[in-house]
Amino acid sequence: MSRHLAQRLGQALLVLLAAFTVAFVLLQALPGDAVLIKFLGSEMGLTAEQIAELRIAYGADAPVWQQYLHTLGNFLSGDFGTSIRAGVPVASLLAENLPATLLLAALAFGTASLLAVALAVLSQLGFAWARAFARSMPSFFVAVPVFWLGIMLIQVFSFQLGLVSVIAPEPWEELILPVLTLAVPISAPLAQVLIRNMDQVFGEPFVAVARAKGATHAWVLWRHVARNALPPTLTMAGVLFGELLGGAVVTETVFGLAGLGGMTQQAVANQDVAVLQAIVVLSAAAFVTISLAVDLLLPLFDPRLANRPAGAA
Amino acid sequence: MSGATLGLAPLRALRLPPLGLMLAWAVVAVLLAWAFVPGFFAWQDPLAGIAGRQLEPPSFEHPLGTDGLGRDMLARVIHGARESLLGAFLAVSVGLVFGTALGLLAGARGGVTDAAVMRLVDTLLAIPSLLLSLSVIILLGFGSINAAIAVGFVSVAHFARLSRTEVLRVRRAEYVEAAFGSGGRFLAVLWRHVLPNAMTSVLALAALQFGSAILALATLGFLGYGAPPPTPEWGLLIAEGRDFLATAWWLTAAPGLVVVLAVLSTERISRSLGARRT
Repeated sequence: MSRHLAQRLGQALLVLLAAFTVAFVLLQALPGDAVLIKFLGSEMGLTAEQIAELRIAYGADAPVWQQYLHTLGNFLSGDFGTSIRAGVPVASLLAENLPATLLLAALAFGTASLLAVALAVLSQLGFAWARAFARSMPSFFVAVPVFWLGIMLIQVFSFQLGLVSVIAPEPWEELILPVLTLAVPISAPLAQVLIRNMDQVFGEPFVAVARAKGATHAWVLWRHVARNALPPTLTMAGVLFGELLGGAVVTETVFGLAGLGGMTQQAVANQDVAVLQAIVVLSAAAFVTISLAVDLLLPLFDPRLANRPAGAA
Repeated sequence: MSGATLGLAPLRALRLPPLGLMLAWAVVAVLLAWAFVPGFFAWQDPLAGIAGRQLEPPSFEHPLGTDGLGRDMLARVIHGARESLLGAFLAVSVGLVFGTALGLLAGARGGVTDAAVMRLVDTLLAIPSLLLSLSVIILLGFGSINAAIAVGFVSVAHFARLSRTEVLRVRRAEYVEAAFGSGGRFLAVLWRHVLPNAMTSVLALAALQFGSAILALATLGFLGYGAPPPTPEWGLLIAEGRDFLATAWWLTAAPGLVVVLAVLSTERISRSLGARRT
């Protein structure tokens, strides 16, 4: 087990280093020079010497491999560089914007889970129309553009029905529609996997045994099927996190909320590569950590997995 | 196989495909027609507005009304199909060509090459797709072609992983061993036997990715990183319509519904081809 742990840990660190490298190549090595991009064309009227000084100050004059090692060292010590546009450390920008996005993402994930479980239970009930409805909803949810859903929810709930105020809303009121917007696309893959698992578990011999002993449909669904269908959904936690983050960026833009989304959009619009680099590397780190945790925790929920040879999943 | 199943076979061939699948093909056919001959469906100019006729509600002359510059909205939605489908086609091509090449290489060579390619794939999958697209866009700049390349870049990992799995599956097949045994060279066997047999599921994934690409391109267009403003692009149409949401909601609703229908249809078709969302 400890050898498996070390192997998995090494693999995770390797992927993380590779993610850093991809971000470095895409955002720092290939575009050339963020300092030149910002100051050469601008109306600040800087002389060539002043620009050269700035390049030295930002470390942009060093050869690429030196920049790579320098940036890597900085990231490891928690220094994510300086935002060229705002002129403040990226770390402080992150500290400012991350909590709001995390709150939005957490609330949306909770709502999405409820939605997915509701659909999954509905898909196993006796009514044919309910089953058909629950099974077709996930495909529909996936196909809806997040930003469009957000706008439509504003139109229906704020403008038509007047239920949620958009002008000077309460802090909790402000979050209702964004959470709903983000929850819909996240719930789709979750519901799909849950439904698939439940169908599979219903075909297992122990379900037949429970039925033969006289258990009702509801009892089997609750006691046997739900318990066995839930743990495998954990394996998609990493993918869901990525979707959640991407969706949060779009949702925050639509609703004009402050957070990682606005920060990302600003960074892209202004070619502020240091900011995007930090966001990309940190989200990859979160993905790797989540995947690793799920891999190691899953056998605790489902002892059958502990006996399976490593890498079989 | 019993006689009864043999007797049923001709009947089964006559049975129509499910209604949903037929509708999906119909939607795709209409969208393709819009993309190839938009002038046949839209009589109005999608770019030139009529002064003094801004923000008209839907009427017989303008079935979806007019936008803030007096341009016919239906014409803009129809002409938008070309932008979106072409972009999605380019994106999927990028992913298909580079991803399949990487997957073939990894699956056929094995060893260190395989390990290196698969770690790269893991890495690309570890970065949220929107952020990866945005990184490519920051590098290449804004525009419809750059947005399509950015979206395609994200799908390279998916194609590589699937085609590698398929190659590994086919490689163990007896006819491939026989081809090698009868003196076939590595590349020749790869091209003549492995690739065609691995292609079915890769094409099903391509259909699925086509829908995802339409969605991703609309998102990038909405954020303003895709085609520049006068171009009718579905994501951009939604962004423009948003300013008039309170008075003319149909300007936002219509292009969004078209995107939903397009993505739903491609997903249904890819499902009939045997793709499974992973």
